Amino acid sequence: MTSTLSALATAVATEGGHGGGQAVVSATGVFDLTWLLIAFPLLGAAILLLGGRRTDRVGHLIGCGASIASFVMGLVLFFAMLGEPSDGRAFTVQLWEYVNAGGYSVDVSLLLDQLSMAFVLLITGVGSLIHVYSIGYMEHDERRRRFFGYLNLFVAAMLLLVLASDYLVLFIGWEGVGLASYLLIGFWQHKNSAAVAAKKAFVVNRVGDMGMVLAMASMITVFGSTAFDVVFASAEGASTGWVTVIGLFLLLGACGKSAQFPLQSWLLDAMEGPTPVSALIHAATMVTAGVYLIVRSAAIYDLAPDARTAVVVVGAITLLMGAIIGCAKDDIKKALAGSTMSQIGYMTLAAGLGPAGYAFAIFHLLTHGFFKANMFLGAGSVMHGMHDEVNMRRYGGLRIMMPVTFITFAMGYLAIIGIPPFAGYFSKDKIIEAAFADNWVVGLATLLGAGITAFYMTRLMLMTFFGNRRWQHSDPPHESPPVMTVPLIVLAVLSVIGGFGLLYLGADIVDWLAPVTGEAHHDLPMPLWLLITITLATVVAGVAVAWAMYGHRAVREDVPAGNPLTVAARNDLYGDAFNEAVFMRPGQYLTRSLVYFENRGVDGAVVGTATAVGGLSARLRRWQTGFVRSYAATMLGGVGVVVLAMLLVRLP
Amino acid sequence: MNPTNYLVLSIILFSIGAAGVLVRRNALIAFMSVELMLNAANLSFVTFARMHGNLDGQIVAFFVMVVAAAEVVVGLAIIVTIFRTRRSASVDDASLLKL
Amino acid sequence: MTFPWLTTLIALPALGAVLTALVPSGRGPLAKQVATGFALLTLLVGALISIQYLFDVDMGVESETYEWIPEFGASWALDVHGISLALMALTVLATPIVALAMWREAEDEQRDPKAFFALLLVVEALTLTAFLSQDVLLFYVVFEAMLIPLYFMIGMYGGPQRRYAAVKFLLYNLVGGLAMLAAVIGLYVQSVDAGNPSFFLPDLIALDIDTTTQWWLFVGFMLAFAIKAPLWPFHTWLPDAAAEATPSNAAFLSGVADKVGTYGMIALVLPLFPDASRDAAPVIVALAVVSIIYGALLAIGQTDLKRLIGYTSISHFGFIVLGIFALSGQAATGATFYMVNHGLSTIALFVVVGFLINRRGSRQVDDFGGVQKPAPKLAGVFLVAGLSGLALPPLATFLSEFLVISGTFTRYRPAAIIATLGIVLSALYILWLYQRTMTGPVQPAVEGMPDLRTREAVVVAPLLALLLVVGFFPKPLTDAIDEAVEPTLVEVGVEPPEPLAPVAEHVEEGTGR
Repeated sequence: MTSTLSALATAVATEGGHGGGQAVVSATGVFDLTWLLIAFPLLGAAILLLGGRRTDRVGHLIGCGASIASFVMGLVLFFAMLGEPSDGRAFTVQLWEYVNAGGYSVDVSLLLDQLSMAFVLLITGVGSLIHVYSIGYMEHDERRRRFFGYLNLFVAAMLLLVLASDYLVLFIGWEGVGLASYLLIGFWQHKNSAAVAAKKAFVVNRVGDMGMVLAMASMITVFGSTAFDVVFASAEGASTGWVTVIGLFLLLGACGKSAQFPLQSWLLDAMEGPTPVSALIHAATMVTAGVYLIVRSAAIYDLAPDARTAVVVVGAITLLMGAIIGCAKDDIKKALAGSTMSQIGYMTLAAGLGPAGYAFAIFHLLTHGFFKANMFLGAGSVMHGMHDEVNMRRYGGLRIMMPVTFITFAMGYLAIIGIPPFAGYFSKDKIIEAAFADNWVVGLATLLGAGITAFYMTRLMLMTFFGNRRWQHSDPPHESPPVMTVPLIVLAVLSVIGGFGLLYLGADIVDWLAPVTGEAHHDLPMPLWLLITITLATVVAGVAVAWAMYGHRAVREDVPAGNPLTVAARNDLYGDAFNEAVFMRPGQYLTRSLVYFENRGVDGAVVGTATAVGGLSARLRRWQTGFVRSYAATMLGGVGVVVLAMLLVRLP
Repeated sequence: MNPTNYLVLSIILFSIGAAGVLVRRNALIAFMSVELMLNAANLSFVTFARMHGNLDGQIVAFFVMVVAAAEVVVGLAIIVTIFRTRRSASVDDASLLKL
Repeated sequence: MTFPWLTTLIALPALGAVLTALVPSGRGPLAKQVATGFALLTLLVGALISIQYLFDVDMGVESETYEWIPEFGASWALDVHGISLALMALTVLATPIVALAMWREAEDEQRDPKAFFALLLVVEALTLTAFLSQDVLLFYVVFEAMLIPLYFMIGMYGGPQRRYAAVKFLLYNLVGGLAMLAAVIGLYVQSVDAGNPSFFLPDLIALDIDTTTQWWLFVGFMLAFAIKAPLWPFHTWLPDAAAEATPSNAAFLSGVADKVGTYGMIALVLPLFPDASRDAAPVIVALAVVSIIYGALLAIGQTDLKRLIGYTSISHFGFIVLGIFALSGQAATGATFYMVNHGLSTIALFVVVGFLINRRGSRQVDDFGGVQKPAPKLAGVFLVAGLSGLALPPLATFLSEFLVISGTFTRYRPAAIIATLGIVLSALYILWLYQRTMTGPVQPAVEGMPDLRTREAVVVAPLLALLLVVGFFPKPLTDAIDEAVEPTLVEVGVEPPEPLAPVAEHVEEGTGR
């Protein structure tokens, strides 16, 4: 039986199954070298982490080289893929057989299709820029080599995540990026807050991993495999209940990695890491892995409308939560982190809309990768010039001191709030359209989110680059070196043209992804021009309110009391307080009482038995007085008893 | 003569011996009481041999005598040693055979 | 007749033990060198045997049977199958590493380390016999005999409470052994009744025992193995033993010697008592799940480094037992694979913790802090060992844990879901431990703590490298295990669960090329 099963699984793998409708073929030619994408950064990480101090001096160059090599490889593959017909762009690369246990077999193989290609370019492209930027940012850190080692490790794991063709292999990459994230958040280990934040990120992610593990276990139960082709091809044969369960488990996994409600709490703390890390891992790439997972599992979600609804609800809640938190934070990185949460909420929501939204989710993911990385690096540049000050109430008027940072940051700002023709406008507007086409409530949530986004981003912009100078350093802020500003400029350019380019220059991103994600046309409940106008009006309103509060009036250096909503937002909408009250404190109590129970109860029973036996023996010992005559009496008594007993038995 | 009378005598001797072991403190007298008990048992054996008309009891009696002789040697030696070290032959003074 | 490789494998450490004991005291490190040399020789023979079974190269290794007590049908019968192969490999690998780890610890002790090394080799020989034995009486004898050297190893070397821990260890395991002795005799009586008096395992497996008798015998064997393994609530000897024994001894104890318990479950209990195993599986699964969660929660609550690791082992043993009694091929293969990986991982953890304790002179977690600053390499290996403990892919522990969970899920869904909580808790206890000991401001007492030395790196590196390599390329090992597990499950009579969705139709409809 098991052999037939594995034979079937192999048959599916070799015959080629459904990859969202297009046939998957074994790779030939240059596509056979897809593994090099992962190998370069992995090798880099190995050299840097095992090489020790010998590689200290050239460590950053090796790190950048590995990442750039991977990017070049990605470009080569991309152009090779362009040369293929649009429905024949999915390739598998068989690497080695991983395991075969009890009829369940896994191959380590890669799947390179349009979706993973988009991610490969984002990860290696933005990743390489951030590597270069880090040369300047981490210049004075004595552990810079190790930092680059971790970054390379991250890039390798993230590429494995998006290139895997089996959920189990994807999970290896999934945990790999989690590890890299843990190491990098806690990079400044001597700071207690960094170590705590790193641990928190990992543990919260592990809650999501429970979902991943259970989703894979369900797949094995239902399909006997976790390979994409088998699962997607057989999904229609499974009951709706099981598909929904798998969808919900995957959503739990996605929530952990992408900091979606209710597992959002770790992302704000994760800003303890160095800023390039926040840009690469906690804005542009890793946190979007959840969105990738949902879009990749389209075949499952297409069959599970209830699971899709859950995805939409999670996305909507997170997009509003993140936006509200972003409004109240004075720490520039935390404000941006709230914004990241919110933008990923948009993507999750779009992914939950089904075939109508998958492509837009990825589209927004790409543009967000550009402009959010741009802004995080910009924030890093500001901090670099401001001696690691993160409090925006100590900033002000920095546009004159840091013109390049200001201009590039402004491009990102215009992109995120969705001003045409900047990148965010195209991607976010598509999501709002799709949301309105699906459901009024969801549509309104995205619209409201757009307004709040405009507000908090304008606030951030005004507090940092405009208004009164609130810094008191004897040496004034300075612009960052070119090694940092060049990546900023590149990302700024991408923030400007990214949206337009992906939609209208060359291939349309939606058509590009269609073979993987499928396509669905939606009917808007209102004319398109009206929706666009309403959206832009909301954005302008958000900007106006922010200007009235922070541009018109001078920004105070101390923190005003604020209304209850502000206070709640400053406390991350009590997410941490909730976790603490519901999980941490009862958990600590449980642990403490279990330790007590263990020592007194379980071990107590054992030790108690031993003590009881010992006590009994001590009592019995007293009979042994050592006096000959008492022994003799006992013997005589014993003989008497024996005689008596024999007489009793013998008596008729 | 009725052999049962020998058995009654044996019971009486044994009882005297047992009472002596329990009641007397002097190790030598306790020792002699033990001997008395052994000889009471011997008397029983011989009587039973007579009653059953075979020699088994007599043979056992000889065994008992031999063992008793050996035991007397060891026992007296111990008692003499204890008396030498403790200047007392009372069995209640020595209670060393305990933990 | 071919060369008796298996007997040689057992004889080598036994001979080594005798020679080590014969080294006159005061000859410096000679005893240690002899012992480590013999451990390495055993490793070589073990590697040779492993190569034959893992890569299908004929090395001339064959099963061996010699008469022992022909009147009872007891024999010196040895054989290798996938399960015993995995554990044999673990044992021969762990012993030289533990010996090397003990190298320095021994010098810090007041006692002559000669006895420790001799005893270590004795335990190795006995453990190997247990894993290879095809005779139930032989298994029982070595199962019990193993307690004696371990008792002395715990009682002679270690912390201030070592005597208490050693006695507790001995009594606990003797109770289990006694129950097992009764069951072994009962089993023999069954074979006598069937007209073929024998202790030979295949003969006994072929017996058709009625269910009630199976139950009694099952309880006898399981009690012994559950104490050894250790399964909640029979576990309380392990934390004490782990805390009081020297770190390398604790590593060997929970990493290798205790595997005899879980090995007995899968290699003896399941095939010998299939009906009882099937009936009792839900109860054992429940106990295993309790072990997983309970062990993890208690690990979180510990303040003593070695105790903490001891409790993590209880949690991991829970996973192993869960996999065995989930009665699915996937879970059972995962569980056996888990035994090896847990061995490597826990030895690494104990050994690294031992380095820390030696340097600082304290086992309290609170006495450490910020160690990564003065000793970054030490912190690094500690982290990797810890990550293997929390089953992070691609370290080998991950695959085994995943196979256990997913295999259990096909049969006992609630149990699998609760067991999954273990992966969150394991992250918590390991990373919290790392945070408290390694990160944060440097405590004055750990300033200037020396970093990883060469000998220490030699001890830890192979363990971590193996975890990584096996994690990337697990197939040879899991294939060998899977091959041996399948007949066991057939013996128990459970059908592998079918996928719920019909895969075949879609393949036929599939677009293909």
